[in-house]
Amino acid sequence: MSIDIETAARVAKLARIRVEDDALPALAQEFSNILGFIEQLNEVDVEGVEPMVSVEPMRLKRRQDGVTDGGMQDKVLANAPDAREGFFAVPKVVE
Amino acid sequence: MMTDLTSLKISEARDALRKGEVTSVELTEACLKAIDAADALGAFVHKTPEVALGQAKSADDRIKTGDAPDLCGIPLGIKDLFCTKGVPSQAASAILDGFRPEYESTVTSQLFGAGAVMLGKLNMDEFAMGSSNETSTYGNAINPWRRGNDDTALTPGGSSGGSASAVAADLCLGATGTDTGGSIRQPAAFTGITGIKPTYGRCSRWGIVAFASSLDQAGPMTKDVRDAAIMLEAMCGHDPKDSTSADLAVPNFEAMLTGDIRGKTIGIPREYTMDGMPDEIETLWSEGRRMLQDAGATLRDISLPHTKYALPAYYVIAPAEASSNLARYDGVRYGHRAKLAQGDGITEMYEKTRAEGFGPEVQRRVMVGTYVLSAGFYDAYYNRARKVRTLIKKDFEDVFAQGVDAILTPATPSAAFELGKQHSDPVEMYLNDVFTVTVNLAGLPGISVPTGLDRQGLPLGLQLIGRPWEEGDLLNTAYALEQAAGFVAKPSQWW
Repeated sequence: MSIDIETAARVAKLARIRVEDDALPALAQEFSNILGFIEQLNEVDVEGVEPMVSVEPMRLKRRQDGVTDGGMQDKVLANAPDAREGFFAVPKVVE
Repeated sequence: MMTDLTSLKISEARDALRKGEVTSVELTEACLKAIDAADALGAFVHKTPEVALGQAKSADDRIKTGDAPDLCGIPLGIKDLFCTKGVPSQAASAILDGFRPEYESTVTSQLFGAGAVMLGKLNMDEFAMGSSNETSTYGNAINPWRRGNDDTALTPGGSSGGSASAVAADLCLGATGTDTGGSIRQPAAFTGITGIKPTYGRCSRWGIVAFASSLDQAGPMTKDVRDAAIMLEAMCGHDPKDSTSADLAVPNFEAMLTGDIRGKTIGIPREYTMDGMPDEIETLWSEGRRMLQDAGATLRDISLPHTKYALPAYYVIAPAEASSNLARYDGVRYGHRAKLAQGDGITEMYEKTRAEGFGPEVQRRVMVGTYVLSAGFYDAYYNRARKVRTLIKKDFEDVFAQGVDAILTPATPSAAFELGKQHSDPVEMYLNDVFTVTVNLAGLPGISVPTGLDRQGLPLGLQLIGRPWEEGDLLNTAYALEQAAGFVAKPSQWW
């Protein structure tokens, strides 16, 4: 399957990765190569096969629905590139 | 006082520590010295001598009181993928520049709880995506092995390249690795050491930077099988903080190393003979078969018919999970944030941050993952790959149900290759994992054991694949193979 430049641009947008226009043709070509490799999967008869959900069958454990942790705002914010007054700070989201 | 402390195995150092022949501080200082002299290998990317010496002193006190677990006082290297409290942990990515976790991963916390000493953080491919350690933001890790007198720099493999290089060069007694498609076993094979990926769910993934959550497993990289058994036992165990960690008892793996494999059935999968495979790998594999047979095992030709679809399935599933896991790197909570231009909003912040912070291979995989999960393609790619994964697992279940105890294969399709040589085509690089990736897709334990050298003097390894949760039996088969192979070669020091 061949990926065109518009598709490459759309995928980059969805992934929230800035790709300059002049880099898009090479990116589209790389996608095409990788997807070409993946296309082999179409040879497999998967009729009636369940998609794998969990590699080892196990039941998820349950625990009491209670607070087990908290009260560490300083630690949560310690690695933030921009934290102010106890919050993560980001550029304006709403006009 | 022993002369070459850093070349000790974990088991030897444990015994010497308990007898009082050496202290952990002496061992640790010897390793720190070796690390400082080995910057040319690019293995240790964050050195933690203060942490190490503090832990070593406590370990010496603990040994004196007689309360000393096996790993007490043993100096280890930790892959950069593990979050270590207060110590840089950035998955070899620029996007986690400056990140110092406020918490400790479960695996490292268990190791340190057992008294192990952390020498520092080890190089790796960025977010564990790579097979040559060339995608790291720190630069390449280098293989201590060379082709005879040729000084061409070779890859230690990846993604756990720094771990492999450090253990092979005797900079530490053992190291942690992680394995999503072969990232413990391939570098172990490239550097003449032992590496085991346990059954999915054996080790907690909590606090390990996530790449592909349904495939990632931690495991030890060590100088021999006994050390792998000792270190694996300390890393394993149920953790309520990882809902996929198995609530099963962890056996004493070392006690299971008898070397007796009489009556075991070893499967030899015909699909692992590949076109263009070097005859040296072919020979290594047939030698391995003979060794196991001589040790009393029965060989059986088996078929794992979906083997050839493992890599393409992996390159749908792993990028899909990665695109989701790596969505968290948005420049808000930790790590790098791009400088913004006047008028840039939050979308520009995300896009610029991720373009600057992620390297090319990570960007490629995140975008491939985004594509295969996008509306209209989810069924055609992602669901189809998950169905193929079910079939790959069934291949293994079928042969195990027919009485096969373990499966013997080559670990890699070649010896260590030259750095900078496999860049042009990402798909070519992906082929490195052709023998190892099936094991991750099926959730099985797999171990790489060095069994020989190629014509140029580079180490080669064989892989044994075991039944789920039977790491003890697998380690014992690996032990028998190790004893028969008698691999003792070491790289000669040039660094």
